[in-house]
Amino acid sequence: MRAIVNGAARELPDAVTVGAALELLGSAREGVAVARNDRVVRRAEYDVETVAEGDRLEIIEAVAGG
Amino acid sequence: MTDDVLRIGAHELSSRLIVGTGKYPSMEVMREAHAASGASMVTIAIRRINLDNAEGKTLLDFIDRSRYAILPNTAGCYSAKDAVLTARLARELLETDLIKLEVIGDAQTLHPDARETLAAAEELVNDGFTVLPYIGDDPIACKQLEELGCAAVMPLAAPIGSGLGVCNPYSIRIIKERAKVPVIVDAGVGTASDAAIAMELGVDALLMNTGIARAADPVLMASAMKHAVVAGRRAFLAGRMEKRLYASASSPMQNLISTQTP
Repeated sequence: MRAIVNGAARELPDAVTVGAALELLGSAREGVAVARNDRVVRRAEYDVETVAEGDRLEIIEAVAGG
Repeated sequence: MTDDVLRIGAHELSSRLIVGTGKYPSMEVMREAHAASGASMVTIAIRRINLDNAEGKTLLDFIDRSRYAILPNTAGCYSAKDAVLTARLARELLETDLIKLEVIGDAQTLHPDARETLAAAEELVNDGFTVLPYIGDDPIACKQLEELGCAAVMPLAAPIGSGLGVCNPYSIRIIKERAKVPVIVDAGVGTASDAAIAMELGVDALLMNTGIARAADPVLMASAMKHAVVAGRRAFLAGRMEKRLYASASSPMQNLISTQTP
């Protein structure tokens, strides 16, 4: 199934958890946070919350800024 | 002067200079400049990770969180909705309730969109954030943000990254006179005298990035800004002399020596 990850379509397994999706996307690390459909997914929810067809994921990090 | 601590909500700052992390020639220079600035709080931005690029060292590897509180921003957001989501992601990432709320209205001026800023501020305050909104030098908008429950207000001195200094000192003074929350001048300070002038107006703190990061020697400028903020703060607390049109001698005008025969 396809989800929109950081604005671009990505193929992910059906009913993948957020945590597993991060692993597959090479983004499972300290220093990132995730929102699914404009709602923050807490770290404790990574293994229970699943991604559905058409969902929008935002995976973010801290960058330099003022 | 030993207990001139700045309180923002439940947070305490030992330095009245808050510095950014953007535009430095390198992360090492940034880290040195932070140390030279004496700041106890630094700002960071939130962006999408690059999925096609393997991670290296990240910004957070260059910030000692035992030494600096992190103030995440919502820079680059044009709508309240985007700013609120960015703030919530920042809170999850950094485990802080602090947010520098920035909702811009125009890419060329980077002036804030007051309507969207107010809407986002209300939602974030209700969600338990300590909100520090970037706003124009507008006393009414500042008062409205305060009434919504913002922990401070952050009027601009001049456009972000312009280095023009305090363009409207009279508005900044009015904002400070009427505010019951700390006033932090954010954006536009270009050099040490700008920082001192802002602090002499009585504002509580300064937030700057480009003025330090884009100096030829950022570490030396960070030190200059540190001293300018302290100097301006002390001059404000000391209470400056009144200005006079004519001279007033500092040495006695009596018992003057004279070579003329009486």
